[in-house]
Amino acid sequence: MGLIETTDLTIAFGGHTAVDRVSFSVDENHFKSIIGPNGAGKTTFFNLLSGQLTPTAGKILYRGEDITKLSPTLRTRKGIGRSFQITNVFPNLTVLENVRLAVQSQAGIRYQMLVSYKKYKQVEAKAVEWLELVLLDNKKETLACNLAHGEKRKLEIAMLLALNTDVLLLDEPTAGMSLEEVPAILEVIRKIKETGDRTILLIEHKMDLIMDLSDSIMVLFNGSLLADGTPEEIMKNETVQSAYLGGVGG
Amino acid sequence: MIKEKKNLFYGLIAVMLLVLPFVYDSRSMIILLTQVFIFAMFAMSYDLLLGYTGIVSFGHAMFFGIGAYTIGIFMKQFEPTVPYFLLAVLVTVVLTAILSYIVGLLTLRLKSHFYAMLTLAFAGLFLVLAEKWRSLTYGNDGFTFRTPEVFRDRFDFYLICLVAMILVFVLLTRFTNSPLGRVLQAIRENEPRAESLGYSVIQYKIIASVVSGVIAGLAGILYSMSLRFVNTSVFTMDITLDALLMTIIGGVGTLVGAIVGAGIIEFAHHWLTQLAKVHWIFERWIILFGIVYILAVMFFPKGIVGTLQNMKKRKKHTVENKDDKNISG
Repeated sequence: MGLIETTDLTIAFGGHTAVDRVSFSVDENHFKSIIGPNGAGKTTFFNLLSGQLTPTAGKILYRGEDITKLSPTLRTRKGIGRSFQITNVFPNLTVLENVRLAVQSQAGIRYQMLVSYKKYKQVEAKAVEWLELVLLDNKKETLACNLAHGEKRKLEIAMLLALNTDVLLLDEPTAGMSLEEVPAILEVIRKIKETGDRTILLIEHKMDLIMDLSDSIMVLFNGSLLADGTPEEIMKNETVQSAYLGGVGG
Repeated sequence: MIKEKKNLFYGLIAVMLLVLPFVYDSRSMIILLTQVFIFAMFAMSYDLLLGYTGIVSFGHAMFFGIGAYTIGIFMKQFEPTVPYFLLAVLVTVVLTAILSYIVGLLTLRLKSHFYAMLTLAFAGLFLVLAEKWRSLTYGNDGFTFRTPEVFRDRFDFYLICLVAMILVFVLLTRFTNSPLGRVLQAIRENEPRAESLGYSVIQYKIIASVVSGVIAGLAGILYSMSLRFVNTSVFTMDITLDALLMTIIGGVGTLVGAIVGAGIIEFAHHWLTQLAKVHWIFERWIILFGIVYILAVMFFPKGIVGTLQNMKKRKKHTVENKDDKNISG
């Protein structure tokens, strides 16, 4: 049995079915990439997994437990963390504070109201550690809204990592980045993968980036699951080739 | 280092205000400053919602009014003694806590402007209640009452209000700098993100709402005690607007700003009313006030304290950038 499983997961907005009966399963500590053309329902699928959207039909199981109706908050606490495609940080807080809030949540410090947050030295130290990992430690005191786009993406990833969840849902972590910035992010993802204790789902447009990272790739097309297999299988799959890849890898 | 300097500065001002009545015994000045302290407390409680949690409430006057009426009714219906005073404080705390909890529960699930409208309606409900429950509130005219012996001296009362304001300031500074307070600011910045970090937003909003409501209630108690009179005006929109403008002019999201804003507005009220003797236009001081508000919002959207802080930060930032360049160069 997989760590996360969905059965016939469906969501429709009015007449448009954005995700159409997707059944998939991902094993623990597995690295799975999700590809598909624009509008294939990749991000919507993530929104269903992380709880931003509630499906119209179907089920989501996490460690065998039905989490279909759970709030995003509770899913995060259970161990499903996600990053957002559109940068989603706390704009007028410092970079350090952004990550510190994630660490604080992970440490379960939620309702203490009479001690200064500075008393929790280990929280701050941990936050700095994550910033070092994504190479942002020199921007600690900068307000998040003043970061360059690529830096915001890094911050986003640092916040996700800081939650220390078992599952990481990465929604196009390199979207909108300049080419020079991409390798640094991939390096971070590679590092996480190498620790081997996280289950990673990654949405990505750039096929070549994910071929060697992924244990498996699943292809979404018009909301449906088109194919799911090892990178080699996907490259050879003719339906995928004609629907999406258009002979790019050929 | 900077923080120590800041604390020293605040301490100095507090000491100056404490000794003021002993060196300068102008009765009207003391009364005016007492009002400033009371409204500063009220504005700080409002800022906790508006500036720290990002909740816009148009019904904050209801908590203020509950405090004001509770103390009035206790002093009038029972005896103006300290035990009854304490009982009234307790009742106010309980009532405002319950009410702010319910309002929080009912309305915080609504998006910003719907919430604002609902708080407005709630406050309106209390205004009507105060008008109609004549046996207890004496309707629109309100009623005068006597306060316990210890609160009668203007100078003592000044000190009590000053100490209360300092306590509220220290408490809220602590509160907003606690792990919970930091989450409130995160909610203000980006609510869905705070949620996906694993914080359950609604509970935080309720906590902020209750703390803010109780403090507003206590400010209401001191307000009607300073006048020894209470009428329905404490439930009106004007009171909420005062808090809103004090916070905006002083600086949203800074507790000091709320105090500064309260000072400016109370003093401006006072002086402009006095100027009416000089020229009739000042009798319509509220028009002048309106212009000042518009200018303030247009040119100092971050308020006085916020703008000052920004200037300081920018200075620091340019210095840092220079350092960066020096290193890389």
